[in-house]
Amino acid sequence: MLDLTFEAPKPKVIAGAQHDWELVIGLEVHAQVSSNAKLFSGASTRFGAEPNSNVAFVDAAMPGMLPVINEYCVAQAVRTGLGLKAAINLKSAFDRKNYFYPDLPQGYQISQLYHPIVGEGEVLVEMGPGVGRVVRIERIHLEQDAGKSIHDMDPNMSFVDLNRTGVALMEIVSRPDIRGSEEAAAYVVKLRQILRYLGTCDGNMQNGNLRADVNVSICRPGDYERYWQTQDFAHLGTRCEIKNMNSMRFIQAAIEVEARRQIAIVEGGGSVDQETRLYDPDKAETRSMRSKEEAHDYRYFPCPDLLPLEIEQGWVDDIADSLPELPDAKKTRFMGDFGLTDYDASVLTADVDSAAYFEAVAQGRDGKLAANWVINELFGRLKKEYHTMSESPVSADQLGGIVDLITRGDISGKIAKELFEIVYTQGGDPARIVDERGMKQVTDTGAIEAAVDQIIADNPAQVEKVQVNPKLAGWFVGQVMKATGGKANPKAVNQIVAKKLAL
Amino acid sequence: MSIDLKTAAHVAKLARIKVEDEALPALAQEFNTILGFIEQLNEVDVEGVEPMVSVTPMRLKRRQDVVADGDYQDRILSNAPDAREGFFAVPKVVE
Repeated sequence: MLDLTFEAPKPKVIAGAQHDWELVIGLEVHAQVSSNAKLFSGASTRFGAEPNSNVAFVDAAMPGMLPVINEYCVAQAVRTGLGLKAAINLKSAFDRKNYFYPDLPQGYQISQLYHPIVGEGEVLVEMGPGVGRVVRIERIHLEQDAGKSIHDMDPNMSFVDLNRTGVALMEIVSRPDIRGSEEAAAYVVKLRQILRYLGTCDGNMQNGNLRADVNVSICRPGDYERYWQTQDFAHLGTRCEIKNMNSMRFIQAAIEVEARRQIAIVEGGGSVDQETRLYDPDKAETRSMRSKEEAHDYRYFPCPDLLPLEIEQGWVDDIADSLPELPDAKKTRFMGDFGLTDYDASVLTADVDSAAYFEAVAQGRDGKLAANWVINELFGRLKKEYHTMSESPVSADQLGGIVDLITRGDISGKIAKELFEIVYTQGGDPARIVDERGMKQVTDTGAIEAAVDQIIADNPAQVEKVQVNPKLAGWFVGQVMKATGGKANPKAVNQIVAKKLAL
Repeated sequence: MSIDLKTAAHVAKLARIKVEDEALPALAQEFNTILGFIEQLNEVDVEGVEPMVSVTPMRLKRRQDVVADGDYQDRILSNAPDAREGFFAVPKVVE
């Protein structure tokens, strides 16, 4: 229903030496499932533990050990599917993907090639007010993560830590619907946002809990439309897969670099080889991972250790009933209920913690004023110190208290900023701080009038000048504000100064 | 489908099993015998028949999301030919 109001963004066009080119991009996002234990063992998923301590004999592939599926990880995959408006497959199955690598002790990864748990869904990627791309999701499957190899601790050895081995991953596969590098990054941002709202993945890219493989190909303008009409990939160029990227900036840069490489090859009369490539941010280039090519023969077959995974519709319905409000709906509601602009609503709903915080501040108060304070003062201050929302020293109650004082006219905007700084650095109840430190705004006109009279009496020269140049009234206002320690109501001061000077 | 020597060598390499050149013809022959048997099975018409995964009606067993295993680094590493500072140490793997 929401999608109808969005216009699709224009595809990005890159000018080659001979023609214009367009990009076609599809992503495979690997999202680590938020769970206590691993997908098929009872070992912990906690990040940063001693090497090889979060490892059960199942994960180390000791002979005779059998996998037993973690039901919660299945629920998380279903929840993610529902959040992406996807079809849930009541029957799915696990397959073995076979390859050898030191951090894969089983010699295979348990995955879901033939029968994934989640089918087709979609994600709306907004590129501006009223402009959005609906990216189709092809599938989501559950699989095991591999361990970690460390290559720089010893010149001759690689060190292997199996703590991550067997942790549940969701691989979220998109259709090739993305038409530019900014869109690709925006898609990952949106996916991450939805996963965090759902609580199915913490989205921590630094720790590798969310990483993306990006498929890039180029085509001439018009080719993509022909693909879209027929769904025949023959209309598109040969794609390359750039592996394992864990930053939005790198995703964007890698796509640009890879597109230009492909354009140069095709315009030079060559053809692009379908292959796996790695992005090197230092050299700003992608390079072939030739080692991966032969290993690409994964010889998938159904995992004989696991029966098919059958779930009941009632169980799926229960999960559907427990879904939280998702970003698109929340944003629309914020715009409607609190009268926020598209931009402010986007900023506030970008993160589930921020949205909850704003809502607590805005509850029963002026939504726009609350939004201003959360975005401009709080976010600004947190950003300055590289703090996240959850580390905010000012609670929603405290910020709400400041907003109340402004709304009641107890403090001026300027004093409110000082008050915010005090609450931010020292804590405390805003109303009490204002009382104790005498920060209340003077709205008592008698007191203001007295101050104005005093300034006029003390500065006869200025009084003469202001008669010639009425703009100098501002000087008087300033003096009154100074005399009252900034606590006078500026509007009242303006009026009284103008009256007294007969301007 | 017939397995030639090159394919047999490729399969052996993928499985990381060392097969001497002179053993390849016999290996390829074995593969072909197995595949011949599979092809025979393929003649059976299974149109509309649900694949059977178990002879008894069983549901995939589930576990709860509780940490109940692990935390025994020493036992995990006890069979490792080489381990240092809690890690398995393996010959350098270069990307």
